[in-house]
Amino acid sequence: MNDMTPTREQREAKLEGMGCKRKRVEDIRFTQGKGNYVDDLKLPGMLHGDFVRSPHAHARVKSINSEEALKVPGVLAVITAETLKTVNLAWMPTLAGDVQMVLADGKVLFQNQEVAFVVATDRYAADDGINKVVVEYEPLPVVIDPFKAMDADAPVLREDLAGKTSGAHGPRKHHNHVFEWTIGDKDLTDAAFNKAEVKIKEMISYHRTHPSPLETCQCVCSFDKIRGELSIWGTFQAPHVIRTVVALIAKIPEHKIHVISPDIGGGFGNKVGAYPGYICAAVASIVTGKPVKWVEDRIENLTATSFARDYHMTTEIAATKEGKVTGLRVHVLADHGAFDACADPSKWPAGFFNIVTGSYDFPTAHVAVDGIYTNKAPGGVAYRCSFRVTEAAYCIERGMDILAQKLGMDPAELRLKNFIKPEQFPYHSALGWEYDSGDYHTAMKKMMESVDYAGLRKEQAAQRAAFKRGETREIMGLGVSFFTEIVGAGPSKNCDILGIAMFDSCEIRMHPTGAGIARVGSKSQGQGHETTWAQIIATEIGIPADDIMVEEGNTDTAPYGLGTYGSRSTPVAGAAIAMAARKIKAKAQMIAAYKLEVHEGDLEWDIDGFRVKGLPEKTMSMKDICWAAYNSVPPGMEPGLEAVSYYDPPNMTYPFGAYICVMNIDVDTGVYRIRRFYALDDCGTRINPMIIEGQVHGGLTEAFAIAMGQEIRYDDEGNVVTGSFMDFFMPTAVETPHWETDFTVTPSPHHPIGAKGVGESPNVGGVPAFSNAVNDAFSFLGSTHIQMPHDYWRNWRTAKELGVFA
Amino acid sequence: MIPGPFSYHRPASVADAVKLLSKLGDEARPLAGGHSLVPMMKLRLATPEHLVDLHGIAGLKGIRRDGNKIVIGAMTTQHELLASDVIKTSLPILHETALLIADPQVRYRGTLGGNVANGDPGNDMPALMLVLGAVYRLEGPGGGRDIAASEFYQGAYFTALEPGEILTSISIPAVAAAHGYAYEKLKRKVGDYATAAAAVVLTMAGGKVATCAIGLTNLHETPLLATDAANAVIGTSLDAATLKKAAAAAVAIMSPAADARGPVEYRKHVGGIMVTRALQRAAARAS
Repeated sequence: MNDMTPTREQREAKLEGMGCKRKRVEDIRFTQGKGNYVDDLKLPGMLHGDFVRSPHAHARVKSINSEEALKVPGVLAVITAETLKTVNLAWMPTLAGDVQMVLADGKVLFQNQEVAFVVATDRYAADDGINKVVVEYEPLPVVIDPFKAMDADAPVLREDLAGKTSGAHGPRKHHNHVFEWTIGDKDLTDAAFNKAEVKIKEMISYHRTHPSPLETCQCVCSFDKIRGELSIWGTFQAPHVIRTVVALIAKIPEHKIHVISPDIGGGFGNKVGAYPGYICAAVASIVTGKPVKWVEDRIENLTATSFARDYHMTTEIAATKEGKVTGLRVHVLADHGAFDACADPSKWPAGFFNIVTGSYDFPTAHVAVDGIYTNKAPGGVAYRCSFRVTEAAYCIERGMDILAQKLGMDPAELRLKNFIKPEQFPYHSALGWEYDSGDYHTAMKKMMESVDYAGLRKEQAAQRAAFKRGETREIMGLGVSFFTEIVGAGPSKNCDILGIAMFDSCEIRMHPTGAGIARVGSKSQGQGHETTWAQIIATEIGIPADDIMVEEGNTDTAPYGLGTYGSRSTPVAGAAIAMAARKIKAKAQMIAAYKLEVHEGDLEWDIDGFRVKGLPEKTMSMKDICWAAYNSVPPGMEPGLEAVSYYDPPNMTYPFGAYICVMNIDVDTGVYRIRRFYALDDCGTRINPMIIEGQVHGGLTEAFAIAMGQEIRYDDEGNVVTGSFMDFFMPTAVETPHWETDFTVTPSPHHPIGAKGVGESPNVGGVPAFSNAVNDAFSFLGSTHIQMPHDYWRNWRTAKELGVFA
Repeated sequence: MIPGPFSYHRPASVADAVKLLSKLGDEARPLAGGHSLVPMMKLRLATPEHLVDLHGIAGLKGIRRDGNKIVIGAMTTQHELLASDVIKTSLPILHETALLIADPQVRYRGTLGGNVANGDPGNDMPALMLVLGAVYRLEGPGGGRDIAASEFYQGAYFTALEPGEILTSISIPAVAAAHGYAYEKLKRKVGDYATAAAAVVLTMAGGKVATCAIGLTNLHETPLLATDAANAVIGTSLDAATLKKAAAAAVAIMSPAADARGPVEYRKHVGGIMVTRALQRAAARAS
């Protein structure tokens, strides 16, 4: 070997494989404004569609008159429910087993509901047309408060369900009831409460909010009448699912539907489901024979396409005097709005809410969820969340703090006392999950040491004393949160969408010169898949990440995948990528053995190729094997070097983390100051630490927004009062706190590379940390639970109610 | 979020602008920075048939001293106010306030004239104009006239501007070199209007307040001059009891609307706190 021979470290570094802080390759185009989004697409003759929307939350539609609209220059068509009925598309199925109006059919059920679709030669003409459509409404009484939806005399919202005593998820007990979902052992849990030494009970609400990605929902539909083919470019987090849905409801053969998700500007769950805009644009294209673009504006996005949360959780915990939890009982009132348009796996109407036992060893638990209809926008999507895990984490993390307060125990100490112990994994929870791995005590203790938890508590005691002496008007709160997530949906034994198992997929093709392309069934919306997927392959097969092109989002070329949401990409698609790469490597080993004239078993892997055991100079690099795959494979072997893997995960993965928020609140104004936020995440094997850090920063910023002010709020008449970024709290860099990140690594035992997923953890764990900090700050003045969001005026109101100004 | 059709005009002189606005009548709106008007047009809450863009008129921009006054052209942007040494040294409260208006992108485009002439109770500059005793120069079909800022505001979006009139400049009398000032603004985030804000300009003599003016933003349908509150502090050393009295006097004239920033009671409460804090900070700055 001479001096020019690269060292092992240099060869390793050249790969930029797993564990490397590789810079995001997609940012080269994003930072230069060269991304390719749906609204960048301009096809010849393309038309534009836009909606006439309802000003009322509940009203009968007496008539729709399009006469004047059709006179507006450029307006070509006005589509209504009557038009859609001719193609049997006035209603569409939702992913939750409900049906939803595409356009108002006889009545409207929420403000800004889609009433008519105006198609015009440009966007201006379409909007001019909208203003000329005359709709006659007869207002009806509204149901806004979820707690009044099931009153005996509550107005009937869903007339289409009249007489239907059961829905997709079992019996309905009221005309505004969607489903009841229960899990756990009720008798055992009731017994635990009957003999409990200490109990808490609190109604904990997680208010309605919205994923609000910067790019709204949009599509371009183009129907080719000659070929009978429909092409759809859209902001789809799950393009293959959209293709199948279109095939099922539009009766177009699936091979003649081309769904393409180009670059997407954030999804956060908002872009999983199907919306009326997609159907209307497709129908408009079929009718006119021209491409039709539909682009939602911000107000439409916030008020019509899929909200998140709106879970009202009556939470009870039973415990011993010493603080050992003995039972958990939760009843949830789930407000789904006008239609149940959750995007949960089919059998899970309340998502994975049964992760609500959290990180704690509850011997028994019982959960009942009642879904209800109200006159609000439909949905209940998983906003940066693996299907109601955010709600569950908030419920249990607030609950544990409330219990600690009741016991007079420190909330961190209470958690340490009740954690599932490392030796209990795999752990079977009282509500049916098998937690794959975890080391909660280590993570919690690392967090407490890193921030000097004991010191912070001392400082808080001093601050409280000073407040009581009248020396300061600031109070101080510590918000501890220790969450366990359940992500990576999911194993075919319990997860499907429309009957399709929730596997994911990867196809790798290596080219003769040692570069290759990987096509994956997931779809990045900013997560950085083009960067991280190549890193997995680089480590697995020893080809530099820079030489692997990652492609997603085109249903004609990508293998069938279930898309990206619920932190499922790394647990499921990431596993498929590793498995496909291992198939490549296995074939490569056979080729190398043939070329090196040894037995396969005599070869060992060495960073970027194979070498003969005991003969380190006798090697064949993966790059050379790629070349050989196209000219000199062993006799009987097919040439080429390609592999496909469809991965059905054996279990979910269970990322966890320990967060703490240190906050001061000025009681005179309610203004809060986030002094410190420390987030320790354990997502198992870390593929790209820089991207993980970015994900954590983004998710924490969303958590901060949700806990401290972001909400979709309705007035008593059903008008949305937070329908723009003026009032829907979207923090800028100025308001966003500084984030400290940290980690432990507990690899998943069943995942090929031990990775667990991280994208949603900070949103899941962050919200309770902020809320617990506010609650902790006020607790010494006598409060037990304060509902979110904790914006300035509500903090002031709390202070006032606690007698601070007396 | 798509505006209706309109015609666009770009006159080159004040006379032409006035002529156009008079001729086109109610269906025409002058366009300055556009940060209030254009969003309203995109929501079709405003549907003017004609926009008369004032950007083509030379002479509507700039900051100059005129004897004992500082004259600011109506089309001077917030960014230009921030970049001006004259403002920084002679009217530092304008500098402090401009920094609290939205973000740099908005400040590059938004103008002082648009801010004060629109009559939006949420705008920050009108309260300052009251406190500083500013005079607005208006040009209209009948010629020019001067009007005190204190006479200008009549209601939310209603001002003393007559049809065809435009604001061309703002004159602000010099403030004593040793004055103290503060603009206290409580807002939910960058870009938001004030939940409550108070502007204070005062002078001190022998440890006591000699002169004082207090202005209030977004606590009524027009900006307010809190005269009773200001009188309550003159001759005092701003002791706790006086501050409480002044805040109460200011709160007494507030009538904000309830909105997502909070209920009426909260907005008045924090309005009083903004007055207290602005007084304390201004006094600390006075020499």
